Amino acid sequence: MINFAANTTYTLPILVHAAVPLTIIVVYALVAIWGERKVAGFIQDRLGPMHVGRWHGWAQSIADLLKLLQKEDIVPKDASRFLFKFAPFMMFAASYAAFAVIPFSSGYIGSNINIGVFYLLAVTSLLTLSIIMAAWASNNKWSLLGGMRSAAQMVSYEVPTIATVLTVIVVAGSLNLMTITEMQAGNDILGFLPNWLIFQNPFLIVAFIIFFISILAEAHRVPFDLPESESELVAGYQTEYSGIRWAMFMLAEYADMLLLSLLGAVLFFGGWNSPFGDFMSGPFWEFFWFMLKGLLLVFVMMWIRWTLPRYRVDQLMHICWGILIPLSFINLVLVALWEVIF
Amino acid sequence: MLYVFKEGWSTFKSIFTGMGVTIRHFFSPSVTEKYPYEKIELPKGARAKLHVNIDDCIGCNLCARACPVNCIDIETVKATDDVDLGKTSTGNPKRFWLTRFDIDMAKCMYCDLCVHPCPTNCIYMVPEYEYSEVDRSNLVYHFSNLKPEMVAEVKEKAEQEAEQKKRERQEMMRKKAEAAKKKKEEQEKKQAEAKKSSNKNDNDKPSTPGKKDS
Repeated sequence: MINFAANTTYTLPILVHAAVPLTIIVVYALVAIWGERKVAGFIQDRLGPMHVGRWHGWAQSIADLLKLLQKEDIVPKDASRFLFKFAPFMMFAASYAAFAVIPFSSGYIGSNINIGVFYLLAVTSLLTLSIIMAAWASNNKWSLLGGMRSAAQMVSYEVPTIATVLTVIVVAGSLNLMTITEMQAGNDILGFLPNWLIFQNPFLIVAFIIFFISILAEAHRVPFDLPESESELVAGYQTEYSGIRWAMFMLAEYADMLLLSLLGAVLFFGGWNSPFGDFMSGPFWEFFWFMLKGLLLVFVMMWIRWTLPRYRVDQLMHICWGILIPLSFINLVLVALWEVIF
Repeated sequence: MLYVFKEGWSTFKSIFTGMGVTIRHFFSPSVTEKYPYEKIELPKGARAKLHVNIDDCIGCNLCARACPVNCIDIETVKATDDVDLGKTSTGNPKRFWLTRFDIDMAKCMYCDLCVHPCPTNCIYMVPEYEYSEVDRSNLVYHFSNLKPEMVAEVKEKAEQEAEQKKRERQEMMRKKAEAAKKKKEEQEKKQAEAKKSSNKNDNDKPSTPGKKDS
């Protein structure tokens, strides 16, 4: 362990190390917010933002960010001041901290620890806490309702997420995301398919579907966006927030989306492995493939957002407790049996 | 249990159907008109803004009378005999100075009713729709091309002529009345004379009204 006070020689490398995911998150969030508006526009036969920055409004989210930075920092009179101000940063910190164990390429991982998956799932639980913190501190009925829904939703959907992740771990035999990625290298299945886990075991396809539905719910995406369902709850737990604090929520939410998509890419789609074996591999290409896989999943999330309507609260709970959890546990047993037999 | 699977299958099928629809629209070209940069041409007969070709207007006031909301305000002054206002492009002679021709587009309801009565087709809709104003009074469009001093001059002249004509007419009426008086007197004289002469034969020829009625 590094002792910061005693050993300052490590401070700078650590800061640089920490700045890499932060840069990725911020750049990704700007692109994804613009991209989401574009996707929404295209799906609805519109164009989306077209003005700022000439070429298809590429600078729109930068302009939005500058606007949000200039806004007045409003704290409601009856809000709990400290918690209200602290919650958005805690939320972002939670999703940012989880990026530490994501292997962006064979050359870069924030922290190559043996309990990577466990750490990631534990740290993202903080998101629930910060959402409830924001909701309670706002002293607003919409916020509180949104926060309660969010808590119920995230606690419920963490169960199928963890169950499916466990399924993958049964196959992979490691909690270290780097190890899980490395064991998916090569193109041996049927002669041409890459050795990704989703192709290794037929039951992992079911696991992936359950996993994807659960991460949709965990990232508060449509059709599970009940915590901030704008047509019912104004903006849910974000109702009282404005300016940079609201921007932090937005950033955290998009970061969470990317995090869970990247986790999906590691667990099922071979992480940073190139789909063409040795072709186009190397640290930079690995980063490219990894981000491509993650962003494809993000795109599917956006695509679903503009396709499906929102579920009711009781339907949400029924899907989770009545269908996904039993299914994921049965699937876990089947995967384990498959691994024992073959 | 079977029910759950059936339900689940139909849910999945409908989700993928919906996603198929959205992805098709994702790749289909957008229908957006980039309005301030690209403007679509208005269809023929679009009612957007009234325009008056003042050179062709004969001041007949038909459009103002046709207007259901009274948004057209016309004031005309009769041209004096010494000026010739010429003819319109359709050949109608112009007899009035148009001292005022205002259209209040804030009142206008774009009914097109003023366009059709015009005998010279000088009032019509033009395909121009970007004329919003901050102040409502700026929506009153003045079509008369007479200068204020010209208007005053024309009015004065017309008044003078009207006065003169009135006097002439009075003179004429007086003369006419005199002539009529003379005529009457003469007639009365004649009648009186005729009476005198006919009185002698009055008993010879009695009238027979009963026979005429049958």
